[in-house]
Amino acid sequence: MHELSLVASVFDILEEKAREHGAARVVRVVLKVGVMAGVVPDLLESAFDIYKKGTLAEGARLEVVVVPVRTRCPDCDGEAVREDADFSCAACGSRRIEIVEGRELIVERIELET
Amino acid sequence: MSTKTISVVRDLLATNKQAAAAIRQELRSRGILCVNLLSSPGSGKTTLLESLSGRFKDRYRMAVIEGDIETERDAERIRAKGIPAWQITTGGACHLEAKMVGKVLGEVPAAIDFLFIENVGNLVCPASYDLGEEIRCVLLSSPEGDDKPAKYPQAFLSADCLILTKSDLFPHLPFDPAKAAAEALAIKPGLRVFTVSALRGEGMDALAAYFVEALARLRSAGA
Repeated sequence: MHELSLVASVFDILEEKAREHGAARVVRVVLKVGVMAGVVPDLLESAFDIYKKGTLAEGARLEVVVVPVRTRCPDCDGEAVREDADFSCAACGSRRIEIVEGRELIVERIELET
Repeated sequence: MSTKTISVVRDLLATNKQAAAAIRQELRSRGILCVNLLSSPGSGKTTLLESLSGRFKDRYRMAVIEGDIETERDAERIRAKGIPAWQITTGGACHLEAKMVGKVLGEVPAAIDFLFIENVGNLVCPASYDLGEEIRCVLLSSPEGDDKPAKYPQAFLSADCLILTKSDLFPHLPFDPAKAAAEALAIKPGLRVFTVSALRGEGMDALAAYFVEALARLRSAGA
């Protein structure tokens, strides 16, 4: 449960961007969260709602875009979206799999009121 | 008043990753092998370190950074073995972050071989935080059950080494070490697997040798 400390990092970015663009308020925040990022989207939303009170994002809406695990196989170049914890290549069975997406925790974009 | 959407694309863990990279660089330049130990509470991280300190005695110097939510108890246990130890109490936080390790790093003696970081007991959150280590070990003790790799894949996916602990209890528990290892290897091929009883010393020589080999590789790469 480290969602609150991650949300604190979100607010560092929001304050920096608002200052950079001369904005008074942040109205929307879009996060990309990988399935394997080790955080729970619902808890991120709760933490965001607690944290935003009294800040420039007081009225902001948080949108979490969940990114599924996408793997690439270096042996056959096959790509696949995985829904379970099976990290073998669906095409050739290789176990040398690379996780291309699904571990990210990214502030993708924000909407500012100027 | 108008609104505008701006593209940000900023990694929330970027600050931690930068701090970890600085720690890694500093420890490499000092020729110190850093090992991050992850596991559930009570799986035997501190006991493993006590046992290792006996194996390394008079041959290698080690230091330990302990992460816990409360108390100095683990650091006291390590100090009782004559090993320098620093306790980071996170005051509720479920994991160590690189900046917490960075604050202690200046106090760690230059003339050591190994720096072990015992993370907060938690098989979930610490997996997301690079601490600048060279080797990440996940401990899985026999009483926890052999189904843990499949249930907590992030921790095993991020690890270099799996240590199955409390092997002295294998005969008494429905724990299948081969199944635990196979499930972990399905998640992370190439994971090094060790089986130990830190209390009885079984398997500890092989684990100590693994760390010594990794230290030699680190130093030859830096030379």
